[in-house]
Amino acid sequence: MSFLEISQASIEFPTPKGPFKALDNVNLHIKQGEFVSLIGHSGCGKSTVLNIIAGLYQATEGGVILEGKEVNEPGPERAVVFQNHSLLPWLSAYQNVELAVKQVFKKTKTKQEMKDWIEHNLELVHMEHAMHKRPDEISGGMKQRVGIARALAMQPKVLLMDEPFGALDALTRAHLQDSVMEIQEKLGNTIIMITHDVDEAVLLSDRIVMMTNGPAATIGEILTIDLERPRDRLALADDKQYNDYRTEVLRFLYEKQRKVEPISNAQKKSNIDKKSQVA
Amino acid sequence: MLSFLQAPRQAVSSYFEGGITQDQIANLLKAIGLPVLGFLCFLLLWQFAANNIVTSLGNFPGPSEVTTQFQTLVAEHKEERANVAKKYERQKVRNEKKLAKNPDAKVKWRTYKSRTTFFDQILTSLWTVLCGFLVASFIAIPLGIIIGLSANIYSAINPIIQTLKPVSPLAWLPLVTMVVSAVYVSDNPSVSKSFLVSMITVSLCSLWPTLINTAVGVAAVPKDLVNVSQVLRLNWLTHVYKIVIPSAIPMIFTGLRLSIGIAWMVLIAAEMLAQNPGLGKFVWDEFQNGSSNSLGRIMVAILVIGFIGFLLDRIILLIQRVVSWDKSSVIR
Ligand SMILES: Nc1ncnc2c1ncn2[C@@H]1O[C@H](COP(=O)(O)OP(=O)(O)OP(=O)(O)O)[C@@H](O)[C@H]1O
Ligand SMILES: [Mg+2]
Repeated sequence: MSFLEISQASIEFPTPKGPFKALDNVNLHIKQGEFVSLIGHSGCGKSTVLNIIAGLYQATEGGVILEGKEVNEPGPERAVVFQNHSLLPWLSAYQNVELAVKQVFKKTKTKQEMKDWIEHNLELVHMEHAMHKRPDEISGGMKQRVGIARALAMQPKVLLMDEPFGALDALTRAHLQDSVMEIQEKLGNTIIMITHDVDEAVLLSDRIVMMTNGPAATIGEILTIDLERPRDRLALADDKQYNDYRTEVLRFLYEKQRKVEPISNAQKKSNIDKKSQVA
Repeated sequence: MLSFLQAPRQAVSSYFEGGITQDQIANLLKAIGLPVLGFLCFLLLWQFAANNIVTSLGNFPGPSEVTTQFQTLVAEHKEERANVAKKYERQKVRNEKKLAKNPDAKVKWRTYKSRTTFFDQILTSLWTVLCGFLVASFIAIPLGIIIGLSANIYSAINPIIQTLKPVSPLAWLPLVTMVVSAVYVSDNPSVSKSFLVSMITVSLCSLWPTLINTAVGVAAVPKDLVNVSQVLRLNWLTHVYKIVIPSAIPMIFTGLRLSIGIAWMVLIAAEMLAQNPGLGKFVWDEFQNGSSNSLGRIMVAILVIGFIGFLLDRIILLIQRVVSWDKSSVIR
């Protein structure tokens, strides 16, 4: 039995035009301490998978088992870093993390311990200098850091990240990727991350899970990334194996799962193409 | 005209040693000058219109007439207070004399009531509107939160709200009066019936904007924040307190500002119709009175009513500035 198990998960959303089957028979086993990326075209159902693991959605069939227990509601042991940070705008960075820490450790930590723990987590993402600023006073990258700190501070069994760096510029994104690698090295978290960015997936992951296009999306291929850690983005840029992995993912996305789309979506797709070339 | 503008500009800029730019001064002049200009135009138009409207009670009161009437009202108020003070003074002297003659004598200490002046009516109205508004808010905000949190309750209650909302205060008034008369029977009432009637009518009419806006604000809490709350497993109360209310605060205040405006308007109408003490009654009495001063006095009342309405709105805005985390949502 593995640490986290998604077995035969399917989900149907009720829509005015009848039920819409977004996912069909998704199976995935994840080991403790593993870093898994989910990649696939927009709208294929990546967020849906993540939300099912988080417990925010209920699978219509099948389900998720974490350490032998079925997941059927959200909880802090499966912390989520949301795509658009989702910090409470009326609280400072510190207070945002505090809300989570108070909720998770109210019985086990003293006031001082909580304070230390909050500060420790903010230091982990290098936010100690702007702890008491509110979200509207810090940059997008900083907000995302606080979001990660908040999730880490819950000491989750699994850390779920939905395109955590999607909205950031390339430089900030590289910084945060390094931070995440560093943190995972230190803490050994189990992480599931959604990404649109092929390089990001190869650089960070132990395995890349590639999803087929929806509707009724499922897992197409799984690629194991056997690169030694710690990984260095510059050294890897010329690495043969790295580039082979990269090509393999790209081939899956743009040959095997080529999206035949109506014109209105073509624009979006070409953007994605561009992104993966640039990044 | 231009030199008039220029003179203070030079004075000010030399005072600040160039600390303030010409632009800032221009802005300042705009900020103060334009409203003043508008006000002057208004006075002119008013005077002009007043001169041209003749009623059975004489000319329509212009600004000068209204100013005079205002002064008269102040004088009447002072005189009335002085009279009462005098009465008490006399009573004191009288009783002291009695007691000096015979320490065991029974003396009466009577209380003298002054006749209600214009300013007493203002206070009555203010107090009534405050109570009515507070009652309305204490009902509307919690109810709005509950309605906003549940789509089902919302669907169930929305038709009722939409039906009751447009009811005119004048329609409520007879009902409220009858119900209060029937229910509120006490030998020693701590508050008068008329106060209760006015207050309840105000509450009934001013409840809706706060209720609806709160519900909408609560229902519009971003999904992401709700998700955060679920992942953290916040309990219901913490969820409401930490996520829902802060998020809905701007909408709640929008509702409160609408409500206080309605409350004040409704109160004046109710007081006029029911002859309940307050500014509305003052206006009605002057209308019935029909002396040559009446129109002027009514005009004073109207301006005071308007000004108080404006102040009430500003007070809510001020509270919002203090309470709200989102300073940018505080507008106008
Ligand atoms: N609550 C919902 N109700 C109805 N349909 C939904 C719901 N959530 C998602 N879907 C549908 O399920 C499909 C998968 O959505 P999902 O958000 O998981 O895609 P995604 O892979 O995360 O896309 P993106 O990369 O753009 O974020 C989409 O077609 C979407 O329209
Ligand atoms: Mg998504």
